[in-house]
Amino acid sequence: MAGVKPSLAVDLNGVVLASPVIAAAGCLGSDRDGTGLVEVRRLGAVVTRSLTYRPSRGSPTPRVAEAAAGIVTAVGLQNEGVEDFVSHDLPWLARQGAPVIASVAGTTLEEYVHVAGHLQARTGIVALEVHLSGPDQERGHHPFFERIERIAEVVGAVSRVSRLPVFAKLPAMLPDLVDAAHACVRVGAHGLTLIDAIPAMVIDTARLRPKLGSIVGGLSGPAILPIAVAAVYRVARSMPDVPVMGVGGIATSDDAVQFLLAGAWAVQIGTAMLVDPDTPVNVAKGIQAYLGDKGIASPAGIRGRVRDEPASSLGAAT
Amino acid sequence: MKRLRAEILNVRRAGVYHSLTLVAPEIAERARPGQFVSVAMPEDRRLVLRRHFSVHQASRRGGWAGTLEFVVDPRGAGSSWLGEARAHQFLDVIGPMGKAFAYPQKLDTCLLVGDGHGAAPILFLAQELRARGKRVDMIVSASSEDRVFKPIEAKRVSQTIAIVTRDGSLGEQGRVADVLPRVVEETRAQVVYAAGPRQTLRSVADLCLERRIPSQVAVEESMACGLGMCFTCVVPVIRKDGSGYDNVRSCVDGPVFNTARVFWDQWMGDVPSVLATPPDGFPAVRSWPG
Repeated sequence: MAGVKPSLAVDLNGVVLASPVIAAAGCLGSDRDGTGLVEVRRLGAVVTRSLTYRPSRGSPTPRVAEAAAGIVTAVGLQNEGVEDFVSHDLPWLARQGAPVIASVAGTTLEEYVHVAGHLQARTGIVALEVHLSGPDQERGHHPFFERIERIAEVVGAVSRVSRLPVFAKLPAMLPDLVDAAHACVRVGAHGLTLIDAIPAMVIDTARLRPKLGSIVGGLSGPAILPIAVAAVYRVARSMPDVPVMGVGGIATSDDAVQFLLAGAWAVQIGTAMLVDPDTPVNVAKGIQAYLGDKGIASPAGIRGRVRDEPASSLGAAT
Repeated sequence: MKRLRAEILNVRRAGVYHSLTLVAPEIAERARPGQFVSVAMPEDRRLVLRRHFSVHQASRRGGWAGTLEFVVDPRGAGSSWLGEARAHQFLDVIGPMGKAFAYPQKLDTCLLVGDGHGAAPILFLAQELRARGKRVDMIVSASSEDRVFKPIEAKRVSQTIAIVTRDGSLGEQGRVADVLPRVVEETRAQVVYAAGPRQTLRSVADLCLERRIPSQVAVEESMACGLGMCFTCVVPVIRKDGSGYDNVRSCVDGPVFNTARVFWDQWMGDVPSVLATPPDGFPAVRSWPG
């Protein structure tokens, strides 16, 4: 393979992307997001801001607090609603040339179904991702993703109305994550996105108050990277034929390659893009360089290739 | 908006604050008062988010041409790291970001209010207004003397100045709200600008709305990206037609807002529900300044 430039293209069982590096939900969605610093056309795909049926004003402020090597955020799904997205933002996003993965959210089962229905047969959208960390109005406002049966109910309902492939975005902290992943696929999910932000809280000790307006938010950023890699590894080992998008704390190409070796078919970048809008492009270049060094033709060539003996068995790290 | 690696020209102390001057011609040429820059933290990943600072000075001409100055209050881990930065170090900077203060066309007498390091953009604004032939008066406020930002420079650029500290260690003792009605009357202010904490901005807004004085405020909201991506820095702003309000991003739609358009009760948390509507409905607001 020496001298041949590896391809970055990936095929998620029919969802073909020119690059495995995707913008995670909550960062991009309209022409005014990122104020032109993110090169959208060079992304493998864009996952949209999570879409609800009606416009949502989101959570009270403050919505962000910093933690060690991460941030805790609670935006509360602020968005203009799925209809506005389809008529205003989607045409712009589609013109940028990156495939769109629409993030479907809701507070009831019915809302998920309506949102997913609205996103069918729209130019530019190649897949749906089901957002499950929001509060469930039908179950005492606990997050949807707390119980496997509820996850399966929502993912199943979205999959039934969708002709587009559906990815379920799961949290890492389920005691039976692998079972949840199997349940999603059983009810019709095409693939999985692992992981969602981890429920987290930061307290202002001087004022004895939470730092976030909604008290508890979600931790993202480098702090959650190893947690996310483990989640991808466990699920991918159990179901190697199901496409998995790895997400959580990626800031460098080495981070992304860890996900690919653990079994991810593609990766998503969120928090790091907020800090450095060039991250996705740099990560993609780095993956290509890694593949070139190893003489591997495409990202699929390293997917799940992590071996089970620890690196220390090879002697001191270089 | 540009992203670049900018060299620190110098770091100066001003009370508790550190004032950093960068060589950043692409940003300095465009920066206007009220706009801000963002600075990346060290690459060790312990601190993740960029830090955002109002532009205190942007020189287009003269010996300082191409330089940009911002002010750091070293209270948190990130600002302390920047406070210890030294000349010739390079920073990853994006700017200028956000909407600037608008200059009045016809009105001539401007009162500028700066609380804490909110005085940094206000001093920049004072210079620009003076260069346009406007009269500038100023209220500079802080909790204590060492937090009053550049009082001598403020005196130099303004016709009259009122200094207020919460503990009375410099100037009058009290808050902006205590001196504002008097200063507005004495200076016959036709336009008011303010930058500082929420409570100070609210007291400015209350008076200006009551007396129908056009005013603009620059907010200091906690912000993750500053680029319009994350929706963390939102402020409730009343729609132009008065049909309701929207949570708008202070990074791209602010940080400068028309005080008449901010839904203060909601923003200050005086109204509990996120769906609240004022009892008399929302006012329709003409564009600024009236």
